[in-house]
Amino acid sequence: MVWGPALIAGIAVAVAARFAAAAVLPFAVVAAACASWLVERGRYRSWGYAERDEDLVVMRGLLFRRVSVVPYGRMQFIDVTAGPIDRLFGLATVQLHTAAAATDARIPGLLRADADQLRDRLAAVGEARATGL
Amino acid sequence: MSEVVPGDHWRRLHPLSPLVRFGRVVVGLLVLSVPSLQATHPHDRSWLNPSLISYAVLLVAGGLAGVVSWAVTRWRIDGGDLRIETGLIRRQSFRIPLARIQAVDIVAPLAARVLGLAEVRVVSAGRGTERGRLAYLTAGEAPQVRARLLALAHGLAGETPEPPAVALVHVANSLLIPALSLRAAVAAPLGIALAAIVLLVVSPEAGAAFVSGSFGALVLGIISVGRTFNEDFDFAVSEAGDGVRLDRGLLQRRHETIPYGRIQAVRLVEPLLWRPFGWVRLEVDVARQHMSRESDPSAQQVARTLLPVASREQAMWLLGRVMPNAGVQPPPEARPPRRAWVRAPLSYHFLAAWYGHKYAYARTGRVQAATIVVPLLKVQSVRLESGPLLRALRLATVHVDTAGRRWQASASCRDHEEADQMLWTVSERARLARRRTAA
Repeated sequence: MVWGPALIAGIAVAVAARFAAAAVLPFAVVAAACASWLVERGRYRSWGYAERDEDLVVMRGLLFRRVSVVPYGRMQFIDVTAGPIDRLFGLATVQLHTAAAATDARIPGLLRADADQLRDRLAAVGEARATGL
Repeated sequence: MSEVVPGDHWRRLHPLSPLVRFGRVVVGLLVLSVPSLQATHPHDRSWLNPSLISYAVLLVAGGLAGVVSWAVTRWRIDGGDLRIETGLIRRQSFRIPLARIQAVDIVAPLAARVLGLAEVRVVSAGRGTERGRLAYLTAGEAPQVRARLLALAHGLAGETPEPPAVALVHVANSLLIPALSLRAAVAAPLGIALAAIVLLVVSPEAGAAFVSGSFGALVLGIISVGRTFNEDFDFAVSEAGDGVRLDRGLLQRRHETIPYGRIQAVRLVEPLLWRPFGWVRLEVDVARQHMSRESDPSAQQVARTLLPVASREQAMWLLGRVMPNAGVQPPPEARPPRRAWVRAPLSYHFLAAWYGHKYAYARTGRVQAATIVVPLLKVQSVRLESGPLLRALRLATVHVDTAGRRWQASASCRDHEEADQMLWTVSERARLARRRTAA
């Protein structure tokens, strides 16, 4: 998630270097870093999920706002994934899958233990409320 | 007809199956070998021509493979499963749980019809028709096997006869031809071809190149219409206790069943050129996963035509049979706010979305207006999306996802407060619909 703004910062650096305006370079880097930090902070704050009685609500996005409502009974399976950087910080992502491919309920950046607990809770209520297609 | 109920014990497919299955390959090989036959010099017409020998070897090997594949394939209905075993070197055994059957079709290609054979295709929720193909059985046996599979799938005794079907609609072939030729695939190239001819009269040099190009497109369009005509010829819809039956096809006859409970969505399509005549088309979407695994293109056809062409009243009547109490006439408040025109200038004309207690509806399209009806019972998840432009316009889009693969009902460009409310109301009503069915 950090790579988008980092890329922008890299391009800014490259452009600055090309014009050989050495004086501009530090400012560009600092500006890019600040911008990406602000954007990432906003994106981080926009993520949220709520376990309601009958469904899970996941909301996210700063520029593209998305809210998904997934009934527990519709969950087919739940993934917990942790990439190398996630593992470095002890984080994990929980993703829900339903029979619809478009369903997009992903909760990133949970602590590993929380993610496992959430998965087990969801699996339990999902099983209790499972319905056919 | 045999006294024994088919499928209780291990059975083989019909001995003529390899002929039908590999007949197309054989014909293809023969056609391929014709040029090399002609290429041989008249004075050197020996049968030991190397390319001819290689074709003959291929032919024999192919035929042998077909016979072996038939000999090692067997099937039975065993408890709650349809079991198919196949493969000589790599032995495979499939179990298709009958409870997961979405539909059972009977397909008879031309070659099979000539020999009195038919294929039974079992469409299951997990993997489509990938594994559940019994090709071929005799034409008399296939309906028995289908009746048995469907009876078991519905939890009835296997000997239960097929419920009697009541004919609902028959599409006249005289209506099908003009309707299909007015579809964009033909009409657009035809229009271009006419324009090219006009251009040819005005300035011959510029027109000539244009004409040849447009005629190519026209030929392609006619081929596609011919194929659809072949598929939808003599289209008959009937209704049995368990679902809708579709019978269609000119060269290849298909006999399909769509169980009511498995319909994920119905779509009412009104193409631009059909509107003056008041014709519409109905399509249904059935649950399916992992499209990409399918190798047979005809098996991929998940969204099926329920009615290739009909008057609006007829289509509404059939829609009412498939989805009781569904009304596709949008109420005035179903229209998006005027500012949605900025985001969707073309489709704004037909854009609408509304919902009742049993169904959610969404209408969109400009050239091809389409109304999608989704039973709230089938809703998998509800999503709200709003990009930068939509947010600037204080708009949002609500998607209603089902397990169907082809389309989803999307309420595009709603006022953002209304969209928020729609998100919660639709998910709540979907929950109530599920609870009603469970109770």
